[in-house]
Amino acid sequence: MEALVAIAIGVMTSCAIYLMLRARTFPVILGLTLLSYAVNLFIFVMGRLSTGNPAVIGSGETYPDPVPQALVLTAIVIGFAMTAFILVLALRARVELGNDHVDGNQEGRT
Amino acid sequence: MSHWILIPILLPLFTGLALLIWSDRICVTRAISATSALALLAVDLLLLQRAAEGTISLYALGNWPPPFGIVLVLDRLAALMLVMTSVLALFVIWYAACDRDQPGDSLHPLIHFLLMGLNGAFLTGDIFNLFVFFEVLLLSSYALLLHGGGKERARAGFHYVVLNLAGSALFLIAVSLLYGVTGTLNMADMGQRIAQLDPADRPLAITGGLLLFAVFGLKAAVAPLYFWLPSAYAAAAGPVAALFAVMTKLGIYSMVRVYSLVFASEPGLLLPWLWPLALVTLAAGIVGVFAARELRRQVAYLVLVSVGTLLLGVAMNSQQALAASLYYLVHSTWICAALFILVDLMRQQRGLLEDTIESGPPLVQGTILGIFFFVACASVVGLPPTSGFVGKVNLMQAVSSTVEAVWVWPALLISGLLTITALSRSGTTIFWRTTGDVIAQSRAGVMPMVAVGGLLLISIVFSFAGDPVLSFMSDTAQQLADSTAYLEASSLFQPVERGDIR
Repeated sequence: MEALVAIAIGVMTSCAIYLMLRARTFPVILGLTLLSYAVNLFIFVMGRLSTGNPAVIGSGETYPDPVPQALVLTAIVIGFAMTAFILVLALRARVELGNDHVDGNQEGRT
Repeated sequence: MSHWILIPILLPLFTGLALLIWSDRICVTRAISATSALALLAVDLLLLQRAAEGTISLYALGNWPPPFGIVLVLDRLAALMLVMTSVLALFVIWYAACDRDQPGDSLHPLIHFLLMGLNGAFLTGDIFNLFVFFEVLLLSSYALLLHGGGKERARAGFHYVVLNLAGSALFLIAVSLLYGVTGTLNMADMGQRIAQLDPADRPLAITGGLLLFAVFGLKAAVAPLYFWLPSAYAAAAGPVAALFAVMTKLGIYSMVRVYSLVFASEPGLLLPWLWPLALVTLAAGIVGVFAARELRRQVAYLVLVSVGTLLLGVAMNSQQALAASLYYLVHSTWICAALFILVDLMRQQRGLLEDTIESGPPLVQGTILGIFFFVACASVVGLPPTSGFVGKVNLMQAVSSTVEAVWVWPALLISGLLTITALSRSGTTIFWRTTGDVIAQSRAGVMPMVAVGGLLLISIVFSFAGDPVLSFMSDTAQQLADSTAYLEASSLFQPVERGDIR
């Protein structure tokens, strides 16, 4: 299971990096979103993967590490807010600059 | 238990919220904002006084004992950074209140939210909490950078936001990696666990540490991660650029804090990287200072030069060098802010030429602005009797071997010489090689002059008060080098009994 999750995170991160290197703002934002998904999964996995453990402390012999779950919630909330902000900023830049190139010019367009 | 430590976080938060609610009259906004900044400075001075006695105060949020809960820690370094930030904020808010907060009505609340993030980052003793406060201050800084609108800001702002979001992702990976290896988030506790780490886990911890270096390097604008800085600072509005002078220093602060506390048992982790990166940053800054065509961009590259100089000090890795670096850190923050404000004033008196380094109409208040520019340049380059001189001399005295001297002395002296050449070219072009008539209606009032003059005066006072300040800095460096007191403070913590909470 560890290998599967690691591969999933790796594929997601590499897709994210590919998208972030694109020249248009929208793929870049998609890349950032994908990266934050990969990071959230990574944080979650850092509490070690286990199956069949109850989420509530005291209802079983063992329980999963609760801290990464709290961290991942925080990270999701922050990542969500940042994505919303950068979407608005990208729209604003599109209006101000007249195109959606990340450098704001059409030269060397892809 | 003293609740004073919370004030530097809560006061800006509530001020920001209050300013958002009562935002209809600008004079009320300005009054609240300035009063709050003054109160913040007073509280920070009080905290500095307490920290200067050498005690490390711990505040456990929610009364959860460390290492399980989030702690705020007030030591000398944190108190120093708090005071530095609040002095800067006071002058920036003062300047913004001179009608430089228009157009747009959200500059003041955003400044206070930024202050909340900065103060929190300086005070926290928990590495995930550090991430959260970084995000708080970054989100405010995104909005501040865009203050005033326009093409340049939209372009530079987009780059800044994307880069910092990628940086935040790296930060999260590094923090969770360190958590996965050590099972704790408290920085002091993490340091102890890393010292006793299973050798098999050590590479993971090292990876986490180096990833953190990349993140802090991005914030501090260390080469090769500095390309966002010149365009962002040059595009920002005057008060915002002045306030941003502290942002790169936050990166340096985080490096010093995290590597002295968490990676104290791995002293060789950063050193091979720091030396070359410091020199490259310094060189890149100098090239930029020469190549810049606008004054604002030139000042932005001066920030980069100061980052390179600071990194050199950190790379020397001795208490004396760290003390000198801390002095230089405070000096360069204030002087770069003064320069940004000054350039903003000069720009308004040059009509369409703005801040391009070309001969143009003479400035209405050419004499006074010229004198200010001269003093500011002398200080940023490091000529006596300004604080830059004291800072650089101390950095040069801190070399511990001939090899270090061979690198540090030429780096500092040549960079100083080149900077003064470039700045004197800008100064003569703008103030002396003038053509045409004065643009009359752009006279600046007394208040903005006081903001610049005050910061410059502080630079000179800071130099004459060099002796007590430097002895405080070396106490700070000593406290950082000896992390036992820090660990003791967190192990001695006693949760408050229920009956004691009043």
